[in-house]
Amino acid sequence: MITKEELIQPENRVYGKPALMNDTPMHYCPGCSHGLVHKLIAEIIEEMGIEEDTIAICPVGCAVFAYRYLSVDWIEASHGRAPACATAAKRLWPKKLVFTYQGDGDMACIGTGEAIHAMNRGENIAMIFINNAIYGMTGGQMAPTTLMGMKTATCPYGRQADLHGYPLHITDIAATLEGTCYVTRQSVHTVANIRKTKRAIRQAFENSMQGKGCSVVEVVSTCASGWKKTPAESNKWMEENMFPYYPLGDLKNTAEQ
Amino acid sequence: MDAQHNDVLLLKGNEVIAKAAERYGYDGFFGYPITPQSEVLETLAADKPWETTGMVVLQAESEVASINMLYGAGCTGKLAFTSSSSPGIALMQEGLSYMAGNELPGVIVSVGRGGPGLGTIQPGQSDYFQAVYGGGNGDYHLIVLAPNSVQEMCDCMGKAKDLTFKWRVPVIILTDGVIGQMMEKVQLPPYTPRRTDEEISRQCPWATNGIGLKNRKYNALSTLEFDPLVMEERNRRMAEKYSRIEAEEVDYELYRADDDPEFLIVAYGISSRVSMKTIDLLREEGIRVGMLRPKTLWPFPNKPISKFAETVKGILCVEQSEGQMVNDVRLAVEGQTHVFHYGRSGGMISSPYEVMDAFKKMARECVTKNWPKGYWMK
Amino acid sequence: MTEEIIISGFGGQGVLSMGKILAYAGIMEGKEVSWMPAYGPEQRGGTANVTVIVSDQFISSPIVSAYDTAIVLNQPSLEKFEPLVKPGGCIIYDGHSIIAPPRRDDIAVYRIDALEEAARSGNSKIFNILVLGGYLKVRPIATVEDVVKGLHKALPERHHKLIPMNEEAIRRGMEIIKKMSL
Repeated sequence: MITKEELIQPENRVYGKPALMNDTPMHYCPGCSHGLVHKLIAEIIEEMGIEEDTIAICPVGCAVFAYRYLSVDWIEASHGRAPACATAAKRLWPKKLVFTYQGDGDMACIGTGEAIHAMNRGENIAMIFINNAIYGMTGGQMAPTTLMGMKTATCPYGRQADLHGYPLHITDIAATLEGTCYVTRQSVHTVANIRKTKRAIRQAFENSMQGKGCSVVEVVSTCASGWKKTPAESNKWMEENMFPYYPLGDLKNTAEQ
Repeated sequence: MDAQHNDVLLLKGNEVIAKAAERYGYDGFFGYPITPQSEVLETLAADKPWETTGMVVLQAESEVASINMLYGAGCTGKLAFTSSSSPGIALMQEGLSYMAGNELPGVIVSVGRGGPGLGTIQPGQSDYFQAVYGGGNGDYHLIVLAPNSVQEMCDCMGKAKDLTFKWRVPVIILTDGVIGQMMEKVQLPPYTPRRTDEEISRQCPWATNGIGLKNRKYNALSTLEFDPLVMEERNRRMAEKYSRIEAEEVDYELYRADDDPEFLIVAYGISSRVSMKTIDLLREEGIRVGMLRPKTLWPFPNKPISKFAETVKGILCVEQSEGQMVNDVRLAVEGQTHVFHYGRSGGMISSPYEVMDAFKKMARECVTKNWPKGYWMK
Repeated sequence: MTEEIIISGFGGQGVLSMGKILAYAGIMEGKEVSWMPAYGPEQRGGTANVTVIVSDQFISSPIVSAYDTAIVLNQPSLEKFEPLVKPGGCIIYDGHSIIAPPRRDDIAVYRIDALEEAARSGNSKIFNILVLGGYLKVRPIATVEDVVKGLHKALPERHHKLIPMNEEAIRRGMEIIKKMSL
């Protein structure tokens, strides 16, 4: 019988954790999209070889501890202000990759002003936007992107227009701004989608390095805990309910021209 | 048209802040227009330092964004500054708490006007509490410098740069609409080049700029901590640092106070200038009165004030507010003598004669009522 | 010597720049100076004023409540500042801009018809410089040469070609100011 030690050989290796992902155990729930997106970011930075030229900025929200998991220099911004923070970092270090990593509450609610103005000024930063239509960190409250009729802790009877207004399509707004060069909406619920998302984030990072303008990569994501579903159910629910509202694909790409 | 550093120029306090920043090697400015300090950004925009010293200048979308830009700059080891006035500084309090919590360098120029709320746009000193005690959350202090002339506005930009890196504490330059808007003679310093990337990484090994990442542990600057014991540890370390700042960085100036005066005036900023004239007028009448002017509001000159309190018959605290710094004067005096406050507010500035009237009223009460030591009142 | 001056008029009359030129002239004479404007919405069409202090000594308070000289270029300014001139001080007003002239008999009163003179010369922009000339005649705190040097400092280089015209206006202002008696 083959032993474990015999099996673990470089030639048998089909998958490896990127070196920039350290061994700190993640606090993310099973089925959460954050871990996948973190891994993609680590892989891309490694592949681009820009570890020493990366300034990463994390939000308040579930990704508040992102700085624990990826071994690059991180700034933990105050709630919603990551784009302002990134603006200064990039302008003062114009040759570096500067990216923000924000959730829907951070980017589309408390930090809408900073997000839209950073995009509109064409700051040469990449903004990764995790949209799971709910506040995960604080325990499942309504987000600006919560779908109509969707139940959360603060809209327990479902989101209603007269009480709560409508879901905010901040990525669509981003695409209308002259300062953005690349705006795309992706997901990480299948292998094919993970690959597409990786390509999107890579392009956003390259745009930042090359000073092409502001890139926004929305990742339509699951929140199994907040949605009170299993990870598999969450993926299915996302396909059926989120994608019609937040359709996947490029909204704008002027950087390639 | 660029002036030589030994030229005597006639400039507004606000203009000098901008020119001093260019010359002291500041890396960036991020700010939002508000009266009475808009000349800072206007001067920078006209001077275009990004073409000469490489300094970044950006008009932000709000004061909230401005202070978070300062936060971002400070995290990466760069020296940035912002300037604003009372309501704008109010919006920055959250960011200041984060900067203090992460022990970041940064300089904030606060050109005060009358408040509260939108208030007036005329000069005021009712932001002493705001600067010294802050509105941000948590156990923190900011170093607060209080210039009283256009030349000192210039000098404070240099001093703030040194202090903010020496102690890793954000520095507020607290001034008022008079000093910001008035023109006086000023000599600007020579140009100091901005620090190179190498100098930054040597001076700020904690900074999050990626430099040398492969040969060190990565840096993460965060104010978040879930373990209260760890947070307390952090607070205690900062408190210990604050007490060293209190021991080493107190700065003040005396005016006609070296002949064992009978009375003392304590005033900062524009009030100290007005009070100097009052003292000259009172001295002409043979009244022995002098002034102690705090040049740092935090740390506050407690010891010298306490020393005067042992001998003077009374202290008048002059500030253009309804009474803020007077609280700190009373704490310093610890009941040893009588402490009074005088000032106008809401954008009004007292004249030297108004201060003289208030002084005489106080002096009469102190002398004729023959209050015992240890009795103090407003 | 300490001269505390208030210059007051409508926004757009060149009150602030007159004060600035005066302050620069003081610097050229090696004196201490301060220039403190009333700023804000007052600048926009309302009343504008600036306090200028020129002194041999360190200037303590840039805020004063009584003036050696008041230069008033509209009626509200005259009403506001006439009572604040120190006894023995002086007030200078533009003849065309004032309806009710000063009445105090313990100060010297001067009238300068600068608005008329500027209109006659076809160059309304020299108005404030004419008044400045008149002031320097009454209170010679700086020589014309030093004022011209001050103009070189105060004006951006692109305006330096206008300096000879301004020098002429200063001298003309000195000629047309007249002392009034009650």
